[in-house]
Amino acid sequence: MTKLTMRLEGDRHVIVTRRFAAPPQAVYRAHTEAALIRQWMLGFEGWSMPVCETDSRPGGAFHFEWIDGDGGGFKITGEYIEMDPGKRILHVERVFMPDPTPDNRIETIFAADGAGTLLTLRMELPDAESRAAMIETGMEEGMEESYAKLDALDELHAG
Amino acid sequence: MNVSTLPATDAAFAALADPTRRAILARLADGELGVMDIARPFRMSQPAISRHLKVLEGAGLIERRIDGTRRPCRLAPQGLASVEDWLAGLHRVMSARYDRLDRVLTEMETQTGKETE
Repeated sequence: MTKLTMRLEGDRHVIVTRRFAAPPQAVYRAHTEAALIRQWMLGFEGWSMPVCETDSRPGGAFHFEWIDGDGGGFKITGEYIEMDPGKRILHVERVFMPDPTPDNRIETIFAADGAGTLLTLRMELPDAESRAAMIETGMEEGMEESYAKLDALDELHAG
Repeated sequence: MNVSTLPATDAAFAALADPTRRAILARLADGELGVMDIARPFRMSQPAISRHLKVLEGAGLIERRIDGTRRPCRLAPQGLASVEDWLAGLHRVMSARYDRLDRVLTEMETQTGKETE
């Protein structure tokens, strides 16, 4: 039920879906309240998220920053365009590494799915230059570490 | 991931967005095929298939060699790698985040339960 799906739409978009056991209102809150966001949108093994600010209303801005504790890091800033509490968020964001990528317009839909939620994200593909810059931050390595950590956690839970 | 393969990736995504082109790639997964063989399962003219092959070749997803009058096609070994690598990276980071979000949501529910007790 929790498996993430990903597919291409047209030549410039990626659609991501993920189911959650919690209802849409709770998943929406976890996307819009800073105290909740920083519990799951944090970085990789050894990274921290020193800045997690969000003014969650249409026209409001957000600012997230991650550092690796070794001089590396990156930040994302964005603005909310449309918000329908418990249902939908439309926002733009850009990643600074340190130069900003072109704005990416992201639609997040929180749909009721039985007692839970079907989350759908529609995002633009970053251009090749932005992807190359992201990779140079070491994100790729960090993702692996994060994934390994998660596997370890799962083993603990299973055991 | 090899950064030098990245500039080709936008073209690769565009090429992959079309269902016919994805089906052609799936057919080529079994090995090299001529244009006639590729076209057979599709309700499409050979020139139309040739246009799709040109897009796939331009995106670096397939390679063609000259064999007399034939120009058989095969998958380019490095062609799909950059697309797959990019999607795999995105898949990993989002899976990890959402697995964490599952735990956050469980805690939220527990706290709500305590507040109403």
